[in-house]
Amino acid sequence: MANVLVVGFDPSSAGERAVDFAVNLAKLSGSSVLIVHVLEWSPYSFLTPEEIEERHARRKEELSRAKTSIIDPLIKSLGSSGVKIDTTIRYGHVAETLSAIAEEAGASQIIIGRTGEPGIASRLFGSVAGALAQSSPVPCTIVP
Amino acid sequence: MKMKTITTLVGAFSGLMLASSAARAASIDETVNEIFALSTGWFVNLIFSSFPGTSFPWIVGWLVVAATVFTLYFMFIQFRGFKHAISLVKGDYSDPNDAGEVSHFQALATALSGTVGLGNIAGVAVAVGIGGPGATFWMILAGLMGMASKFTECTLGVKYRNEYADGTVSGGPMYYLTKGFAERGLPGGRVLAVLFAIFCILGALGGGNMFQANQAHQQIAGIVGDYPGWITGVIFALVVFAVIVGGLKSIARVTEKVVPFMGIMYVAAAIIILLVNYDKIGWAIGQIFDGAFTGLGVAGGFVGALIQGFKRAAFSNEAGVGSAAIAHSAVRTKEPITEGLVSLLEPFIDTVVICTMTALVIVITGQLMIDPATGNYIVDGGKIATIGGVSGVGLTSAAFESAISWFPYVLALAVILFAFSTMISWSYYGLKAWTYLFGEGKNKEVVFKVIFCVFVVIGAAANLGPVIDFSDAAIFAMAVVNIIGLYFLMPIVKRELTSYMSRLDSGEIKKFK
Repeated sequence: MANVLVVGFDPSSAGERAVDFAVNLAKLSGSSVLIVHVLEWSPYSFLTPEEIEERHARRKEELSRAKTSIIDPLIKSLGSSGVKIDTTIRYGHVAETLSAIAEEAGASQIIIGRTGEPGIASRLFGSVAGALAQSSPVPCTIVP
Repeated sequence: MKMKTITTLVGAFSGLMLASSAARAASIDETVNEIFALSTGWFVNLIFSSFPGTSFPWIVGWLVVAATVFTLYFMFIQFRGFKHAISLVKGDYSDPNDAGEVSHFQALATALSGTVGLGNIAGVAVAVGIGGPGATFWMILAGLMGMASKFTECTLGVKYRNEYADGTVSGGPMYYLTKGFAERGLPGGRVLAVLFAIFCILGALGGGNMFQANQAHQQIAGIVGDYPGWITGVIFALVVFAVIVGGLKSIARVTEKVVPFMGIMYVAAAIIILLVNYDKIGWAIGQIFDGAFTGLGVAGGFVGALIQGFKRAAFSNEAGVGSAAIAHSAVRTKEPITEGLVSLLEPFIDTVVICTMTALVIVITGQLMIDPATGNYIVDGGKIATIGGVSGVGLTSAAFESAISWFPYVLALAVILFAFSTMISWSYYGLKAWTYLFGEGKNKEVVFKVIFCVFVVIGAAANLGPVIDFSDAAIFAMAVVNIIGLYFLMPIVKRELTSYMSRLDSGEIKKFK
């Protein structure tokens, strides 16, 4: 049975480091990599009537934008590493979604990147790392 | 941030007050009021005319009969489906792969922010101020029955919406009247739909706009001192304009976030007041039951209490009116029934919980004056005399103030925000009706939005009496048309419900959590 490594990716140097780490590890261990991009989404946020009306169209847009501007360039840059790479784009809470996907895919570990830089993105990533440390169903590697 | 805005607003008001001569301003308000009362009087009289030989308005009977019919036809769906409705809102049946689409919770919250508002605070005070505590009983009953009406219309709203190529949707009674009637081979669907759209525009301008502006002005004036209403109107109109025409989503988003918080805070404050006066709760409930069947001396006796209770419940939760069907129809769900079930929680939260809190607080804090000799309420000019001689939102404010001295400030903020979010919701309902009549298109939409803003000013400047009459009349006119449609289309809802329930029982509809 092929071993799966789930890697959380968003377009940042930390995200790229996490993917590089995962691909190298997969090469060494003969695993496959599942790259996950999570779009932050809470079913409990509040929307105006217009936003509700446009939501379905927006969702389609967001998904295709995530594919063309985030996932596709990443796959291109990875080139042919000889490792089997799958991708998925999901909506939800980042840590919860990564955990859920890891369980679904029977993954052996979750890999995410950590940014040492200040700013909203790094704070977000920090909290994801924290949440995964608390709740991940499989071992979790945080790439510095 | 919020406080700063308020301070700035208050500052702006004071500045304007000094600048404008009070006498001239008062005459502007008077003129607006006169023209308004003259031009809408006939419509109001038509809607509120009584059954011959009685003082019972036919429209109230119409709503009650409808709610009863739906309750019986769907075999008390509001109680049978209540638990399942809660699971739907919690997301127990939501497919995780649909994450990113509007959830049932979001649909409910948005629809609620359109209905929870002044109806719950000011409307209830009007009902209790005229109909006495007994009005509360009839209001709760109407709320419980109204859950079935809401269920029916929201299911239809989702089933017969229009979906466009770009993924957006338009729905509501206009669409189910047209498409549903055509599907059943019935004539007249288009005529009813056009009538509904016209009344919906009037309702959006009345209850969804002028009444809100009017009461928001009364609140602000109560705190900073009396000043001409048109000033509030202009400021409100500018903010509404910025949101609906200028597309300033950030303001709307802030309100949408603050409104639920305000709602919870309002109920919490009410519960605290009730707990502090726990020794009087039994008495207050007694007053509500006594008043419901005897009237306790209010104008019109128990019928007066009943009329007030039913009227306010309908105005507050909008069950049978058709507005909620517009709000819910935009939600993407495979099963229209699920949206209907979720929507039946609205009258419950709105009327049975929040309105009842307001009524209990007014009664328990002794705002309504009782003649110690007879135990009846002292009626003065059709209204029950109150301690401060106040009515409407002023009465609610006085009731909360008597227990929590600083609460009127919070209430004022809540009223302004509720008024604002209700206006935004109704501007959307009105717009949907408008585009149904005149077609989709950017310029056509802007015309409606500008008219909407003009009515904000008129609403703030006119007296409460004519505004409330017109608001009620327009909203009830929507119910007349909508309910005719619901009677003809309810077999379709029944078929959907039976199919859904059997698939739920057989396990075909999966629980994800």
